[in-house]
Amino acid sequence: MHKTKLSDHLVLIAGALFLILPVVVAFTTSTHEAAEIHRSGLMLSPGGHFVDTYEKVLTKQGGFTGQVTGARMLMNSLILGIGFAIGKIVLSMLAAYAIVYFRFRFATLAFWVIFTTLLLPLEVRIMPSFEVMTRLGLLNTYSGLIVPLLASATGTFYFRQFFKSVPDELLEAARIDGAGPFKFFIDVLVPLSKTMIAAIFIIMFVYGWNQYLWPMLMTSDEHFFTLMRGIKQILQVWIGSQIPEYNEAFALAVLAMLPPVLIVVVFQSWFIKGLTESDK
Amino acid sequence: MKRVQFSSPTLPYLFLLPQLAVIFIFFYWPSAQAIQSSFYLEDPFGFGSSFVGLSNYTDAIFNPEYLKIARFTVIFTVLVTFFSLSLGLLLAVKADAVIRGNSTYKTLLISVYAIAPPVAGLIGMMFFDQHIGPFVTMAATFGWDMKVGINYFDTAFAMVVVAVWKQVPYNFIFFLSGLQGVPVSVREAAAIDCRSGIRRFWTVILPLLAPTAFFLLIINITYALFDTFGIIDVMVKDKAANNPITLVYKVYMDGFRGNDIGGSSAQSVILMLVVFVLTIIQFRFIERRVHYN
Repeated sequence: MHKTKLSDHLVLIAGALFLILPVVVAFTTSTHEAAEIHRSGLMLSPGGHFVDTYEKVLTKQGGFTGQVTGARMLMNSLILGIGFAIGKIVLSMLAAYAIVYFRFRFATLAFWVIFTTLLLPLEVRIMPSFEVMTRLGLLNTYSGLIVPLLASATGTFYFRQFFKSVPDELLEAARIDGAGPFKFFIDVLVPLSKTMIAAIFIIMFVYGWNQYLWPMLMTSDEHFFTLMRGIKQILQVWIGSQIPEYNEAFALAVLAMLPPVLIVVVFQSWFIKGLTESDK
Repeated sequence: MKRVQFSSPTLPYLFLLPQLAVIFIFFYWPSAQAIQSSFYLEDPFGFGSSFVGLSNYTDAIFNPEYLKIARFTVIFTVLVTFFSLSLGLLLAVKADAVIRGNSTYKTLLISVYAIAPPVAGLIGMMFFDQHIGPFVTMAATFGWDMKVGINYFDTAFAMVVVAVWKQVPYNFIFFLSGLQGVPVSVREAAAIDCRSGIRRFWTVILPLLAPTAFFLLIINITYALFDTFGIIDVMVKDKAANNPITLVYKVYMDGFRGNDIGGSSAQSVILMLVVFVLTIIQFRFIERRVHYN
């Protein structure tokens, strides 16, 4: 019906270059030496120092205490991403199950209490949140890093929508067969939600992995630094140094964006589906 | 709602307990604290606090620096929203028109979608770096001596570019799925009635995309206001002195660097009101849309 024009392709190629090129250049530049980058700018061609640079970034002990490595930060980022995703799924599935499948007095109230959290992003309540964490003694702990981020309704809403679309007949049949609330949840609902759980897992993992402000406030102990926190660190360190370690900064950036980029590319259809259908 | 439901005196509460506990401790408690401490002047060393009524609010609102930052935030939000929406829409329309290679373009265009704002900021910093940045060299050929991090306007320019770069893929995904939801019959009917592709787009396709566009408008405003924190933090490197910052960044600076807890809380509450209004508008609109469907 519509004939593809050359101009369409040109616009798309220009757009793709605008979006992709910085990422590609970040990678290729990271494989050169700092002095070389300092002399001749960003590189489009791959250099010969891939192994050195990344090995150095992952294993070099840095920071004020001289004990923090890139590998440690990578691990912390993974802990944050996975812990957050699992916590989110468990909490929100249970809550959504209660709201959709039970008749109880405060159902509407509970729904609104959870719903309201959508109104305020973390950024506007950072200061008091920090104070609460100090009072609870959760600074510089993994639970302090993960649990407060769980205080939002997104996951609950995904699951609520999904549970509502599950046919009523399943519950009727299960009840005739004598299944109670626990049995129905574990043997019917969880298996049915498998794809949904997987989709939410990757979305939440990326969300947790990408957290910046919260880890920055919560962790002053370098053993809990995530990659995102490390990026701030590397920028602060290089002010005033002779030749900034451009290659290492880029390598850190590449490590920090690798999982999100891979996940989006590999799980593209899930990601798009999860995003575009849930936000309605 | 379900026709059949379980009824149990304790189970639903038990299932809700973990979620509600987390929300009360880490959402309602801090939010209430923010509102409370916005009416108090707190000693920076923690020796008590005194009630000062609305003066934290008036101090914030009538402070020329606050107003300057507020003005920048508005301009920044408008620019970021406008450019990332229009670029996203342009690319989505083109990708929708291209049949062969469609999925390749799609993959390429969305691949940077999930990159974190601070990482985007870091890469942006490199491209706008004094020594190695290609954009600086490029600007120099036009006689523009770009000094990102020092010159107010140049930093603002770089921040807008990076923030747009980060947001285009998101808008692209939503516009593309919106476009692909337009029925073929509608397109064919429009093609018979009107030869001009551009006019067809303005009169038929765009109105059908309006709900998506409106939803994205709100999301993009929220993004520019709050999620750009990471970009700004990396690009101004804690030295807000002469650099453009947004209101959220000022909340952080005043609270954590300036130790002005009352003032920071008052600013938080002002921002809460902004988000609140935006969300209400969004939900009202979506309700209406669902209703008409």
